[in-house]
Amino acid sequence: MDWMQRLEKLDRRIIFVIMLIAVSIPVLVRLDMPIPSSKEVDDYYETIEKLPDGSVVFFPADFDPGSVAELEPMMRSALTHLWRKNCKIVCFTLWDTGPGIVDAILRDMAGKMNKEYGTDYVFLGFKAGREVIMVQIANSISGVFPQDYSGKPTKDLPLMQQVDKLTDTKLIVNISAGYPGTKEWVQQVRTRYAVPMLSGCTGVSAPEYYPYYQSGQLSGLLGGLGGAAKYEARVGVKGDATAGMPAQSMGHLAVIALILMGNVLYVVNKKKAGAR
Amino acid sequence: MRREIPILITIVIGWVMVMDFFFPPVSSVATRMRDWTLILIAISQMLGVANVARINLDKVSRKHPDAPYAMVLLLAIVLMIAFGVFLPKSATIGGLTWGGHEGGSVFDKVYNQMYVPMQGTMFSLLAFFIASAAYRAFKIRSPEATILGVTAVIIMIGQVPIGSLLWDGMPGLSAWIMNVPNLAAKRAILIGAALGAIATGMKVILGLERNYVGGE
Repeated sequence: MDWMQRLEKLDRRIIFVIMLIAVSIPVLVRLDMPIPSSKEVDDYYETIEKLPDGSVVFFPADFDPGSVAELEPMMRSALTHLWRKNCKIVCFTLWDTGPGIVDAILRDMAGKMNKEYGTDYVFLGFKAGREVIMVQIANSISGVFPQDYSGKPTKDLPLMQQVDKLTDTKLIVNISAGYPGTKEWVQQVRTRYAVPMLSGCTGVSAPEYYPYYQSGQLSGLLGGLGGAAKYEARVGVKGDATAGMPAQSMGHLAVIALILMGNVLYVVNKKKAGAR
Repeated sequence: MRREIPILITIVIGWVMVMDFFFPPVSSVATRMRDWTLILIAISQMLGVANVARINLDKVSRKHPDAPYAMVLLLAIVLMIAFGVFLPKSATIGGLTWGGHEGGSVFDKVYNQMYVPMQGTMFSLLAFFIASAAYRAFKIRSPEATILGVTAVIIMIGQVPIGSLLWDGMPGLSAWIMNVPNLAAKRAILIGAALGAIATGMKVILGLERNYVGGE
């Protein structure tokens, strides 16, 4: 076996080290990159921008800690944007491992923006039932969540005395890591109740939601950390997504370089084998 | 009767749910039925926990090679349920809130300081395995594989800021791939799957599809 054949069967630990170096460089050396926007991100931004001040927004945060790196930045930017317009937020999650992280983000952002629990936002926690919950909550929020995450009666919260069903709200802002998430909200609720909807989702699920964006069922779409970084640029905050872009860029370049190297070696070794 | 009654229940519930979409007067019946569903789902979750506990208790009692892991799982289940459900919020010892699940409680600390980093670590490891898998498996063995490889490279580079630094047109090209070929294929799959779901749903609520109750 010559060196090119050995290189084609490169030990995976060496590949791991290459990847580690690629994603570490931007952490050690500051790299600033321009972040150009895109139409779906602009539409996302404009939809919130056009909301009347003080509107009530339905905010299902359907993710778990595994997707926090991608979805937390877009949730924080969306909260910043909505609260700048004094919107009221009704938040909950359909992911059983989500409430802790969603609650922490909400409390942290509310503290930074001087928003008061019960008046400016509520967090209702988690309830099992996926699509059934989506339809039920569209008809009666307090029916599905008689208590909020901390156990207070939902009907005692000032914000919940203004709203009790989906059509009392002006917009659905969904943060989605998969199932149940954006696709199910579109199918079960968006089409049925005709309330405009925005989605922020993981990079891997974004291609699946483009048909809903192009059909107008989604008014805007943020896909993965890249989408979150573009939105941060529009909102004017430098958050974790913007900070993560150089590392993600270098990671993508490393994967592309490895694919090209693997293919060059594959072609050369195949030709050599054919010549023998 | 063991087959007929479940089939009848399915047919009635199926029709009520379809009619709820088009005829608002049916809404109150449909809402009540969905409430029943939520109660059943909640009970099934408890059954799920009980089943996980039973399987792992069995592993421990049989001294299975995975018994240490099973013990950790059982301990985690018992402690998290005890902290989050049974201990009252007022249970405070040494400045630490032992009960409840709100911010600052032991439940919340275990979740945010153990579970969240562990899940994040598992997810981030994917980047390393994807790099290794791409090097080994992403080979241009056929024209289709070549198209797939070239498209993947364009999307990967077009989705990150470095793409526009390398070539101004890269984000546009990446967006075109997402909005035209990707969308055409995705829409075809979605419509095909939806038609299949409608056909299967119709067969179930007309009583023609009975496999879900066993037999035939």
